[in-house]
Amino acid sequence: MTTLRQSVQAQRRADRLDLVADVLVIGGGPAASWAALAATSEGARVVVVDKGYLGTSGATAPSNTGTWFVPPGAGREAEIERRQKLNGGLAIPRWVDRTLHRAWQGLHALAEWGYKFPNDDSGKPYLTNLRGPDYMAFMRRRVLRAGVAILDHHPALELLSESGVIAGAAGVDRQHNRPWRVRAGAVVLASGGCAFGERMLGATGLTGDGYLMAAEAGATLSGMEFSAQYACTPKNTSLSKGVPFAWASYYREDGTRVDTANQERFAPVAKALLEGPVWGRFDKGTPELNGWLRQGQPNCFLPHDRAGIDPFTQKFEVMLRCEGTVRGVGGIKLVADDCSTGVPGLYAAGDAASRERVTGAITGGGGPNSSWAIASGNWAGTAAARYAAREGGNMAERNVVAMGRAGLRPAKIARPDVRAAEAVQTVRDEFLPIDHNFYRNETTLRKSLEKFDHAWCDVRDHLAGSGTDAVKTREAAALVASSRWAFASGLARAESRGMQRRVDLPATDPQFVCAFETTGLDHIEVKRCAIADTVPA
Amino acid sequence: MIEIVSASRCIECDICVRVCPANVFDPVRKQAPVIARQEDCQTCFMCEIYCPTDALYVAPCAEGPTGISEAEVEAAGFFGGYSRALGWNRGKPGGSENDPTQYIRTSPR
Ligand SMILES: Cc1cc2nc3c(=O)[nH]c(=O)nc-3n(C[C@H](O)[C@H](O)[C@H](O)COP(=O)(O)OP(=O)(O)OC[C@H]3O[C@@H](n4cnc5c(N)ncnc54)[C@H](O)[C@@H]3O)c2cc1C
Ligand code: SF4
Ligand code: SF4
Repeated sequence: MTTLRQSVQAQRRADRLDLVADVLVIGGGPAASWAALAATSEGARVVVVDKGYLGTSGATAPSNTGTWFVPPGAGREAEIERRQKLNGGLAIPRWVDRTLHRAWQGLHALAEWGYKFPNDDSGKPYLTNLRGPDYMAFMRRRVLRAGVAILDHHPALELLSESGVIAGAAGVDRQHNRPWRVRAGAVVLASGGCAFGERMLGATGLTGDGYLMAAEAGATLSGMEFSAQYACTPKNTSLSKGVPFAWASYYREDGTRVDTANQERFAPVAKALLEGPVWGRFDKGTPELNGWLRQGQPNCFLPHDRAGIDPFTQKFEVMLRCEGTVRGVGGIKLVADDCSTGVPGLYAAGDAASRERVTGAITGGGGPNSSWAIASGNWAGTAAARYAAREGGNMAERNVVAMGRAGLRPAKIARPDVRAAEAVQTVRDEFLPIDHNFYRNETTLRKSLEKFDHAWCDVRDHLAGSGTDAVKTREAAALVASSRWAFASGLARAESRGMQRRVDLPATDPQFVCAFETTGLDHIEVKRCAIADTVPA
Repeated sequence: MIEIVSASRCIECDICVRVCPANVFDPVRKQAPVIARQEDCQTCFMCEIYCPTDALYVAPCAEGPTGISEAEVEAAGFFGGYSRALGWNRGKPGGSENDPTQYIRTSPR
């Protein structure tokens, strides 16, 4: 039997690439890598398509991510209880526990496979941190060794279906400007969260494509109101890493200190930024800690070193960057323990999926998200492989239809004056500002939604994309769609909870210990639902 | 953003073309790659560490090019600075075993 990689090689010079696989994984971050490994170990033939390059793309690769590494036992119960007090009561302890458990196994497997963790003081590998570039380079080698065909720079543009069952995806090889199609028995969406056009680390590929593809297939989104996570960065840089800022003081123009004691981390900084420029200085640590910060988080110091500033003694101007659902919460709703989405043949993992059941209303940054990527990637990959084995049949004989609409196939006549860049600019202007999103209120939410609705109509009706241009037109459609889901949910949750900060409704309302689910593309429906556990597999 | 491909350092391996997650570079036959889509750069510094000869320079400003010159980067010793700090060498991973982040995480804030 020819392997998938041989098929890719054989079609090297063809005008299009056409493959048949058991499982197609869309994405190139940790969730995609773990899903690919899990599906292969079930015996599936797996293709991974990444918009970028598996190893450098996504939010983890350029960062240094803490993991949520909590041994089983009393300590784990205490940790679950601790988080439950912070997360607005929206997480489900059983899901937290199973995530911690699966990640615990995955991290031990990484050590066994030879990933170079540092040792702790007792000489055992310290599994509570993964250095992004090294971790993802390691995962790439592992995935290749497992026999998976990785197609870098092959963004997926749309899903394929056969009578309502997901049967693959199609897209473009953007470095050779040729279309590709992979028919597969099951698809895992591991395309990350949405950064809403912000210039933060890893954001370039994180445009909500997976949400749009899932919604077109009829999937539901959940928790999209929790898309207001922000991180502090030196002004105009991409370095949205929080660690050193834990030891920062903040100052206004007149030199007065911004009081950050006993408050949500960046809330006082956000308020001060609405009034004028703010400066930071890493002046709360000891010399020993400062040395570890420099050595352990070297990219955080590139802006300072390259500007000739000593950030431990000198002030530097800061800004807040929106991280949307990347370190937020919302995403594709999972309907069962196996990460299925309710659409037959479609699974979701990592930031593409809603993390509400695990992180509740607060960020999963600092550990939960990376552990979730490991756990959900494994569950989704395993389930997709089993589904494909059970239901896939002879994929090569299946007649598939392409499901992509907005940004690919305009509903009305294509108009050259409707451009992707303008739609993206609308999203940036309306979604990113602190007084629109970090702090929300009904008036601005409604005003922005009107603009998003308008942009959506333009994109849906008139924005056409072909060849490699389709990547941008499709991203524009996904960004506008994601903004509408996020702000529509923000409006529906008429209270403040976790990262949803409604200045017009600052109280947390006990009647809102619930989820908001979003469906629809043209007409968006936001439904209030009970926080429901799923049935164990 | 990515600002400099140093032709004098580059060995024309096209690794940066393959690894840049934003597809910023275009290969050129028998020459150093060109920065073809600078506005797409996400300022992630990945190309710098994957380049085997430290021929790339990414300025930390993510909003637009600063116009820094190769001579300035060379004089300041910035080429390869991030790789060295990580412990990567000739475009290959290394140094994660020396990451002291565990002590940061357990430090009082
Ligand atoms: C600066 C920063 C620091 C962080 N620190 C921590 C931390 O300390 N602890 C923690 O737990 N979490 C942290 N996070 C969050 C963590 O990085 C993410 O939760 C994690 O990367 C999610 O993994 P993923 O695989 O789901 O998505 P990603 O790693 O974001 O990968 C998404 C992938 O999908 C690909 N893709 C997107 N669209 C398409 C398409 N249409 N077709 C094909 N491929 C596509 C992208 O190219 C990318 O490869 C941090 C995030 C940032 C930005
Ligand atoms: S990776 Fe470095 S050496 Fe290779 S082509 Fe790019 S700039 Fe030149
Ligand atoms: S900094 Fe990142 S996005 Fe920019 S050119 Fe280098 S690898 Fe590409």
